[in-house]
Amino acid sequence: MKAFAYVNPATEKEAVAALKIDGIAMPLGGGQDLLARMKDYIDSPDRIVNVKGLDATVTATPDGGLKIGSAVKIVDLAENAQVAALYPAVVAAAGEVGTPQIRNQGTVAGNINQRPRCWYFRNEEFVCYKKGGSRCFAVNGENQYHAIFGNDGPSHIVHPSSLAVPFVAYGARFRVVGPNGEREVPAAEYFTMPTLQNVLKENVLDDEELLTHVILPAPGNVKHGHYEVRYKQSHDWPLAFATVVLMMSAANGTTGANGTSGNTIRSARVVLGAVAPVPWRSRPAEEALAGKPLSEATAALAGEAAVSEAKPMSGNVYKVQIAKTAVKRAVMRAAGIKTV
Amino acid sequence: MSPKDGFGFSRRDFLKTAGAGSLATAVTAAGVAEAHAQAGVRALGPGDVPVTLTVNGRRIDLRIEPRVTLLDAIRNRADLTGNKRVCDRGACGACTMIVDGRTVYSCSTLAIEVQGKQIRTVDGLASANGTLHPVQQAFCDVDGLMCGFCTPGFVVSTIALLEKHPNPTPEQARKGLDGNICRCGTFVRVMEAAMAAATSSAGGVRRG
Repeated sequence: MKAFAYVNPATEKEAVAALKIDGIAMPLGGGQDLLARMKDYIDSPDRIVNVKGLDATVTATPDGGLKIGSAVKIVDLAENAQVAALYPAVVAAAGEVGTPQIRNQGTVAGNINQRPRCWYFRNEEFVCYKKGGSRCFAVNGENQYHAIFGNDGPSHIVHPSSLAVPFVAYGARFRVVGPNGEREVPAAEYFTMPTLQNVLKENVLDDEELLTHVILPAPGNVKHGHYEVRYKQSHDWPLAFATVVLMMSAANGTTGANGTSGNTIRSARVVLGAVAPVPWRSRPAEEALAGKPLSEATAALAGEAAVSEAKPMSGNVYKVQIAKTAVKRAVMRAAGIKTV
Repeated sequence: MSPKDGFGFSRRDFLKTAGAGSLATAVTAAGVAEAHAQAGVRALGPGDVPVTLTVNGRRIDLRIEPRVTLLDAIRNRADLTGNKRVCDRGACGACTMIVDGRTVYSCSTLAIEVQGKQIRTVDGLASANGTLHPVQQAFCDVDGLMCGFCTPGFVVSTIALLEKHPNPTPEQARKGLDGNICRCGTFVRVMEAAMAAATSSAGGVRRG
């Protein structure tokens, strides 16, 4: 990799200031994605700003939610009792990230902001849209791990973050700081569908900005399910996965005053991962769940609906079935029905 | 930093002597890093900067560029060559070290980032008299290796596993070691070694 200068700021303010240089400065979280890209000359920053010194705590918010610092290690998220109690799908996703070594080292912000795993993007020889080129090599190339949704744009990557999917499903907001102060962005709007104008990035984060916190709202009366399908059982990104968060009509197992069952889904959020350039919210699946009893039959309907608008590429038609199964089993997990 | 302990004169010793002690030379070199102040925070490098590591309980003072990984610093500068550089991308686990009690891929960690932390490598496991660590002994006893190149990483990961789960279930062992790959494919024996080490150390693994 190219030699770089190193800055180790103690505060957000110092970190933001350190990102502003003549040249390219990049923040370093766990570093496992960034250093690999630098070794392969996909990125060659002049300066690295270590942001592991930023907030690494999980704290309760006044409204009953949680605020997760960007520097929280993925292993600490996976083993956090507060997160497990309120947002079990986050814990499920965190526990499946990579390997023990990756979870020990990787940070929340690093997971969210990691770059695509597309093998054309990762290969120095392929100058694709994401590296300033004028084509996506996946279109006529090897695309078995590429997108089955959101394929109308120039790039056909799938977003690589596992944590982003439950964060979107729980309605998280991302706090971002930059030279002009701070702002909050809903997680669902943080990730951007590729256009010819924005294809170099996967999100709205500016070069001089930092993602500092994930703010999760109080979950309310919900049931949660998360299901990932992998080619290998470990050490790999999922082929497809899903988080479902189901807002229930009343407390589980009771009958409401008007005679409605507490097992009825009032509304749902269904978000799929590894299937589109962004965490992919499936409105058809959400509509299929709303107003239905929480059951295996409903889960199957949600799975069918989730892939009804899929547009797979030449080599990834098989992912449609996997995405369908992931949604179905995530709903089944929310219902407490045993899955494989 | 004592490759001579019980091993006689090594290939590395020869290379180091031939190189006239690059370490000592570097410390007195005039090439001071172009550290400068910006917004109150110093930027270090891109040239050599002082980096102090605590490896297997010993302090090691180096002058290296910020881009040097923990693995390369320890192998090439500190002469502790037990952990191996294989994929150099955090995909194989042969470089696994324990930093403040947790395993990391040292190929994907900058040396400059882990100053002040307790770093443990496979080199620090055996006693000075050559007695192997119980986990190393278990790998020998059950023949838990073929070519052996991945073994240092597996040994370190096994130690971290047993510190977290002194009596692991097979599922915990698989999950705890799934960040390491053996390309010869002797995973069954590796699992046997991990379980045997748990038994032999009777629930208490000696700290490496």
